[in-house]
Amino acid sequence: MSATPTLELRNLEVAYTVRGIDRQVLRDVSFSIAPGEAYGLVGESGCGKSTAAFAAMRYLPRNGKITKGSIFFEGDDIVSISEAEVSRLRRSAISMVYQNPSTALNPTIRVGKQIAEVFELNGMSSDEAMTKAQEALTTVQIADPSRVMRRYVHQLSGGMAQRVVIAMALASNPRLLVMDEPTTGLDATVEAEVLDLVRELRRDTGTSVLFISHNLGVIRHMCDRVGVLYAGALVEEGATAELFDNPSHPYTVGLLRCIPRGGLHKSTDRLDTIPGTPPALGTDFSGCVFADRCALVDDKCRSQQPQMVTIAGSHVARCFHSDGAKNLPRSVENISFAPQHDAGASNFGETLLDVSHLSKVFNQDGHKVRVINDVSLRLGVGETLGLVGESGSGKTTIAKLVLGLTPPEEGGVISLDGKGLAQTLNRRDVQDVGAMQIVFQNPDQALNRRHSVTRIVARAVERLRRFSLRNAIERAHELLSGMRVESTLHSVRPVQLSGGLKQRVAIARAFAGAPQIVVCDEPTSALDVSVQAAILNLLVDLQKQDKTSFIFISHDLGVVRYISDRIAVLYLGRVVEFGTSQRVFSGPFHPYTEALLSSVPKIDGSIRKRIPLTGVVPSPSNPPSGCVLNPRCPRKQGSGYESLCESEEPNLTEVEPGHFMRCHIPVEKLKQLQN
Amino acid sequence: MNDEKAKLAKQTVFSERLAVLRKNKAFIVGTSILVFWVLSAIFGKLIARYDQDFMDYDAINSPPSLKYWFGTDSNGRDVFSRVVIGSRVIIVISFLATLLGAFVGASLGLIAGYLKGKFDMVLMRILEAISAIPVIIIALLAVAAIGRSSSIITILIIGFIFTPNVARTVRAAVLGESELEYVAAARLRTEKTAHILFREVLPNVLPTLIVEFTVRLGYAIFAVATLSFLGAGLEAGSPDWGTQVADTWSLIFTNIWWPTLFPSLAIASVAVSINLISDALLEVFEL
Repeated sequence: MSATPTLELRNLEVAYTVRGIDRQVLRDVSFSIAPGEAYGLVGESGCGKSTAAFAAMRYLPRNGKITKGSIFFEGDDIVSISEAEVSRLRRSAISMVYQNPSTALNPTIRVGKQIAEVFELNGMSSDEAMTKAQEALTTVQIADPSRVMRRYVHQLSGGMAQRVVIAMALASNPRLLVMDEPTTGLDATVEAEVLDLVRELRRDTGTSVLFISHNLGVIRHMCDRVGVLYAGALVEEGATAELFDNPSHPYTVGLLRCIPRGGLHKSTDRLDTIPGTPPALGTDFSGCVFADRCALVDDKCRSQQPQMVTIAGSHVARCFHSDGAKNLPRSVENISFAPQHDAGASNFGETLLDVSHLSKVFNQDGHKVRVINDVSLRLGVGETLGLVGESGSGKTTIAKLVLGLTPPEEGGVISLDGKGLAQTLNRRDVQDVGAMQIVFQNPDQALNRRHSVTRIVARAVERLRRFSLRNAIERAHELLSGMRVESTLHSVRPVQLSGGLKQRVAIARAFAGAPQIVVCDEPTSALDVSVQAAILNLLVDLQKQDKTSFIFISHDLGVVRYISDRIAVLYLGRVVEFGTSQRVFSGPFHPYTEALLSSVPKIDGSIRKRIPLTGVVPSPSNPPSGCVLNPRCPRKQGSGYESLCESEEPNLTEVEPGHFMRCHIPVEKLKQLQN
Repeated sequence: MNDEKAKLAKQTVFSERLAVLRKNKAFIVGTSILVFWVLSAIFGKLIARYDQDFMDYDAINSPPSLKYWFGTDSNGRDVFSRVVIGSRVIIVISFLATLLGAFVGASLGLIAGYLKGKFDMVLMRILEAISAIPVIIIALLAVAAIGRSSSIITILIIGFIFTPNVARTVRAAVLGESELEYVAAARLRTEKTAHILFREVLPNVLPTLIVEFTVRLGYAIFAVATLSFLGAGLEAGSPDWGTQVADTWSLIFTNIWWPTLFPSLAIASVAVSINLISDALLEVFEL
């Protein structure tokens, strides 16, 4: 490389001192970012991505230290410089954008003042700084910047807050921007907007970017070059397209295979996983860091540390067997299932759950807020119903209503197997309660941390099936073994389990009462992709085995598409589209679904034309008149139905056999617009 | 990463925390002192060198010596023996009073924090009203109203006074806990409210409760000592530290300091040891 790189890490090693022992988290990491380049770091949680970012800013936590190697910023070693010089760099040359914008901003200072502070630090008068702050907000495309200037953080949406953080980070005109999972907490459509913004700003300013994400699609979309981290070691590096199309380290190959990509469906494909678990923090390795989980491992891998080998051009992989990586044996056999029924067919299975006219009104600061508005859904035996929609669309509330955790408004009917259910949990009998169970998003909160694994599951069996304690424990052990939780782990507390194992325990508990329906509320969104794949496989197996039906809630459209037979798309507490998985994902689309789908960065690098949703989700306390989507609808303008859209709410109508939509624009017209 | 580390730290297993606690200097010093006093409270008569009421008329007001380690009081009684034996009253009463306050307070806090709504509102206002009145004044009023002082009444009064503090602390912890999904999971297997409160939620707020208990215990020691000093706490003539100080403090001006100093030091050492323990617990459990 001819020009001096903006950032260069050379043989960097970082250790954290945990309970008096130094534990190595970065192992001999070297990479460099050229001026104007966007470099992505990917890997699962705990692999050292954030540590690398913090080290690059000399911002390690107090118990972290650089034990070896050097960090060069524009050619100057910044490992040994004084704190004062580090602050000068952070003030003028390096900025950071954090994952959670609401905690990265000060809640007690108005947004304008906060941005202005950055300018004042660089020597501007306060008036000048305020003007500059407003300009900065304009740069990050915030609507009505002068009003936003006077707001506090809690008055901003997540996407707006992240724009403010980006505005602050860019205020000092940095040469390097470190972005640590900048869009992870945001909805898909907002994520897409923020990513577009970052790309545009990068084009305009020529800032170098260190981009950290666990989301391979985002990385593919955003970065020129990518480094893959595993257990603190850089295992593969290369130009983005080359690395994604020709992955040459078994870890990268495995990672890419775990992801439910477009087109995969549970009826025909099983997801591959990476066997085993990542090593604990600070494990010592005599050979390759990935040896324990690698299908290509041999004696050499265990005894000798591999060096980077060149694959093609600048594409390198730290593997002895990089030639064989492409043909890495699958860890999960791909049983090719014959499709059970024609995926596009309209026939519903035997109806198990029938929900009709469900509404829910919450009381918020004295205002009545209708969060669920007249939702009707059907779920067949052994089927999966996917619920998708942005946050605030009412996915989780519907689940709670169905389960009886909160009662619906008058008029809502929930019937199971043709029998109407009581609206609240304590008026349902044991069979009905046991028939519908849930797997929550966050197993840390869903499992009582003071109880043992056996107790958690056995208690559910005891209550729901009226087993004696002895039989309940026996059944609990069977269930846990069925979920592949080893018997040595049955007596431990949840904290001693990994995220994936905790979720398996939660699934075992949900299946304790021999349920007919299990609600899965974002069951894999807190997990790494390899663990996610294993959990999805487990759920599909359970469904095949017991004919269990699922209501599957997720913001990850790839996951929903993979596991669902039918999909309901929700917007502002209303079902806007309902149909088979095949129909909903292949079109014709409801304009909202279309926008949602187009906002997901695709992992194969193909660019879908983005259909933007303008503006923010309106508050359910004051929904727009007419069709609730109309102020943001990408297809309203020029459709010829504008006045109808703005005055009258459309009904959910069957546009094709088994495919329902809530839209005034006729489906033929939509088809035409979408091609 | 910082968030992740914090999460990791929170997830450390209980036994690991105990191991950390055992290495904590404040905890070691605090427990050593407290264990000494608890042993005195149990085996006082065996440790004491003389009977608490034995009077040596040849050694009235004699200063500390090899024969009488802490000297003797104006009745010729051995101060060391009286301090050791006197530990029982104060420790037992403080402990029982705190236990009572913790039990009632924790129950109310659990129910208020879980049920929320009107019950919570009304209960918390009542508890706030109670905690507005100073402990000593209530105790003195109660003794005046009943007409005599007794240890049972002291226990009831201190327990009553501590209830609001414990209730408030527990309620705050329960408010957070009851939002967690394991509570919804318990409801989804038809558990009764009592089971959810005491078997599901209580174990998770136990660390908070234990720390609150030790903090209150420290206050209780002072409260009991103060009441008995004022002559309102215990049955007349009991050999407790507060009464000893009350009986002898006027002699300080005649340079006879030992009958006052040693029981005072005893009170201080118990209070300090309990505070050391509660500080250590706070630190280790990150509350």
